Amino acid sequence: MCKDASEGKHLDRKQDGARAENDWSGHLGRIVEAQDRAAFAELFAHFAPRVKSFLMRSGASPTLAEDCAQEVMATVWNKSHLYDPTRATVSTWIFTIARNRRIDALRKDRRPEPEDLPWGPEPEPPVADVMAMQQETEMLRVAIRALPDAQRELIEQAYFGDLSHREIAARTGLPLGTIKSRIRLALDRLRHAMK
Amino acid sequence: MTETIKHHLTDTLLTAYAAGNLPEAFNLMVATHLSLCDSCRAQAEALEAVGGCLLAECGTEAMAADALEATFARISTGTAVPARRRNACSVLPQPLRDYVGGDVSAIRWKPVGMGVRQAILPTSSAASARLLFIPAGAAVPDHGHRGVELTMVLQGAFSDEVDRFTRGDVEVADEELEHMPVADPGEDCICLAVTDAPLRFNSWIPRLVQPFLRI
Repeated sequence: MCKDASEGKHLDRKQDGARAENDWSGHLGRIVEAQDRAAFAELFAHFAPRVKSFLMRSGASPTLAEDCAQEVMATVWNKSHLYDPTRATVSTWIFTIARNRRIDALRKDRRPEPEDLPWGPEPEPPVADVMAMQQETEMLRVAIRALPDAQRELIEQAYFGDLSHREIAARTGLPLGTIKSRIRLALDRLRHAMK
Repeated sequence: MTETIKHHLTDTLLTAYAAGNLPEAFNLMVATHLSLCDSCRAQAEALEAVGGCLLAECGTEAMAADALEATFARISTGTAVPARRRNACSVLPQPLRDYVGGDVSAIRWKPVGMGVRQAILPTSSAASARLLFIPAGAAVPDHGHRGVELTMVLQGAFSDEVDRFTRGDVEVADEELEHMPVADPGEDCICLAVTDAPLRFNSWIPRLVQPFLRI
């Protein structure tokens, strides 16, 4: 997790993040309906630097991360009609695109995707469902922030570090069983925090 | 379909899939199971939300000055990505069809003895994936496992010392389990099996041919 220089900065970003999460699905809607380049520019300004940071923390060079972040954002436009705000926040959806790009670029491995559900995103998703998804994700975010450092760092390593469980064990010197049970424990805590 | 699945993927596997840390063969197993199992799909999407939260808080790195323009240029040369909708009539879910080049009739089986057939799928070498054909009523030789082996039923059913497994069910076998899966008598059984280590057969003949079978 990012270590902020000052508590004030942290609070600012927290508020910005909470407000932004509520706005971004509307931006994607404007891209789908009107190919709205201004909406895309705002989405780009917020997410491209985060995607680039994510990729660099996964081991990409600045040049590769820049190239991949542009590719990820272009995919966001080209897949915008497939985004379903009742199933994921925009952050989560962009994470999945960035993750897939990282696997292509850094792991040189394939990652087959499941079939899409038989129904696609509804043209006008129920506002209550969209709000519920955003609120639950925000609670998850708060829960992750509240985790003890050791647990949070393990989750970050698994999601950012491009490490397998075995590799995490090698890096931290902890036995594999402990790591697995810690990750499960962390996820259990996350789930309870979401109830 | 979904309600009949009793044996699901583990949280550890779903987490590694959501985080993007599995070898290709295991990705194929998870993608195929998620195509059939809505409860595991929901769990996987919840685990993706963890990634979304981390992305939102991972800090920022300045993009190049012309990055937005360059991205618009990429958009204008790209094409909208079509959805890959579920095809309810096929035995193989879409992720597997992509590897086989069609449904069951396109699988190029090779006999491995006693009526059992297999088709190895082209994945990266970190783990291997293959389709297994077990004739109705037949058994796969008694075997143990060196690493982790996942077997998912696509057609028919099999039973072993653990339980009975039907379409969509996944059996997770580790080094502890020695089992002899037997296909139900009514229908030929087709499974997807992935492993991160070669299988260890208990009778010496299968053990000898193992290196040639690449299993």
